[in-house]
Amino acid sequence: MIEGLFNYWVVIILMMAGLYVVMASRHLVKKIIGLNIFQTAVFILFISLGKVSGGTAPIIADGFAVYSNPLPHVLILTAIVVGVATTALGLAIAVRVYEAYDTVDEEDIAALDAEDQQRDNAVSTVTDTTS
Amino acid sequence: MISTQLPAIVLLLTLLSAPICSMIRNGDHAWKLAMFAVWLSVAAAFALMSQVWGGTTLSYHMGGWPPPWGIEVRVDELSALVLILITLFGALVISALRESLRTVMRSHRHSLYYATFLLCMAALIGITITGDAFNVFVFLEISSLSTYALIARGRDRRALVAAFRYLIMGTIGATFILIAIGFMYMVTGTLNMADLAQRLPEHADNKVIQASFAFFTVGIALKVAVFPLHYWLPNAYTYAPKATTAFLAATATKVALYVMIRFIFDVYGVEFSFSQMRLDMLLIPLSIAGILLGSMTAIFQSDVKRLLAWSSVAQLGYMVLGVALLNTSGLTSAVTHMFNHAMMKAGLFLALAAMIYRVGSSNLRDLAGIGRTMPLTTAAFVILGAGLVGVPLTAGFISKWYLVSAALDKGWLPLAALLIISSLMALAYIAKIVDAAYFQPVPDQHQNVRDVPVSILTPVWVFALLTIYFGIDTRMTAGVAERVAQALLSVAS
Repeated sequence: MIEGLFNYWVVIILMMAGLYVVMASRHLVKKIIGLNIFQTAVFILFISLGKVSGGTAPIIADGFAVYSNPLPHVLILTAIVVGVATTALGLAIAVRVYEAYDTVDEEDIAALDAEDQQRDNAVSTVTDTTS
Repeated sequence: MISTQLPAIVLLLTLLSAPICSMIRNGDHAWKLAMFAVWLSVAAAFALMSQVWGGTTLSYHMGGWPPPWGIEVRVDELSALVLILITLFGALVISALRESLRTVMRSHRHSLYYATFLLCMAALIGITITGDAFNVFVFLEISSLSTYALIARGRDRRALVAAFRYLIMGTIGATFILIAIGFMYMVTGTLNMADLAQRLPEHADNKVIQASFAFFTVGIALKVAVFPLHYWLPNAYTYAPKATTAFLAATATKVALYVMIRFIFDVYGVEFSFSQMRLDMLLIPLSIAGILLGSMTAIFQSDVKRLLAWSSVAQLGYMVLGVALLNTSGLTSAVTHMFNHAMMKAGLFLALAAMIYRVGSSNLRDLAGIGRTMPLTTAAFVILGAGLVGVPLTAGFISKWYLVSAALDKGWLPLAALLIISSLMALAYIAKIVDAAYFQPVPDQHQNVRDVPVSILTPVWVFALLTIYFGIDTRMTAGVAERVAQALLSVAS
């Protein structure tokens, strides 16, 4: 059971681990790492389903009749680019958060946000002009 | 000749001008290019609508490769309507953007801002017209990434946290959709949406397809902000830069709703989605909860921007409810409200942006007496607000009318009553703003506030007048929506 579906078990484990890190971690950068693991799991899922048993690389040559499916690989190249862009943007925002709050811990940020909220309600500040 | 290339042109106009914009250092020149590109896209969108008017479908083969091997671009009445929604409302927001940005951002940054904006628009257009499931994912991610960047531009530091949260949620949602597409590909071996629609019914009992459907539903529900996955929306809308909120509120969730309708009805098929998977049992309670909770929370907000954001949660509930009711009136109301709500919310947020431009805050206390200091802007705001409540002769009335008749068609009287109650709740929160604007004294520090420049006022009034226009002439909104609804529902039966 495990042997034939080894890739898929790896996918499930990685996916759950990634999602768990995203949800359970308070550290923003760790969240990004979790997100990456989660996305990688999906990449492996796609690449695994492109494999044709006994197939070789999809280059036409004498003596080979069975080829693996190259399409999922191409799709995942695109998805990897998307993933890299997401990570870059996420990390950039995390850096900006650190500059603005002096912390990247989600609960500390929530506490600071609550203070901001109280200040907004107490005096009519002009916080939104600068947005 | 050019008319056959229109589906590609409408996408490429914004997609190509985005990088060019980012290379122009002068913000004003970048704005002119952006204006040129988006208004041409508006023209292209209307031209496409006239080509598919009456229910024809255009199929354009990218690079001349026939589907299902090549990437197909498909335009029917539903996608043409969404195209008009994105381009027209986006163009109106961009028209106001130059004046609105002048006060808040150094001018060499403007070009990058316009580039991100155009990229977001191009991606949304791409989602709307593509006939390829994987393309939907890629464009969805492009639009989301540019949206996160736009939200993070808000100067309040909470904008950063809002953008980050949206990034996490949005990426999980998009990845779920990717898994769903992977599962479909696994079983059918195709990514073309029309081809998938033909091949999926024979696999309806396949557990992989059922899992794919579950992943898709959760993923897209995150993007549409269906209750209880709406968590990212209020903060993202509240802290996004002023005029950007108008664009986001008009387009991002609406296009996600379009993807939802497209996949549920066209790709998976009505039979599978509703008879076998019982999607309506899930969506009806959730959307009702969203309507009530959203309206309720909106009533208690003192910040008008946050109030409107919560009202969006409720209004999205109306649209999802329309989809889930699964009759012609319901689907008509969902599609009509998609268009009407985009128009009204964009107008409201833009009018609010105009007020913030002068007053510097969106708190009710600072907006006191604004009806006297900024009469023109506030009058437009009131018209748009009336549309949101669903006053007759405004666009909002049309869509709510269809929704209530959908509930009555089903014989669900309590639901119809509930919809009327939630409209009263909308009346309560709009009345709260009207009360502050017209019946409260002007605070001392805002005595010399004037109306905004014409370049912001014009788009705001265009939105207000369109709200009235589409409340009277419904050929393009409800007329199209009704044909779309019949087409989508008849595929199954």
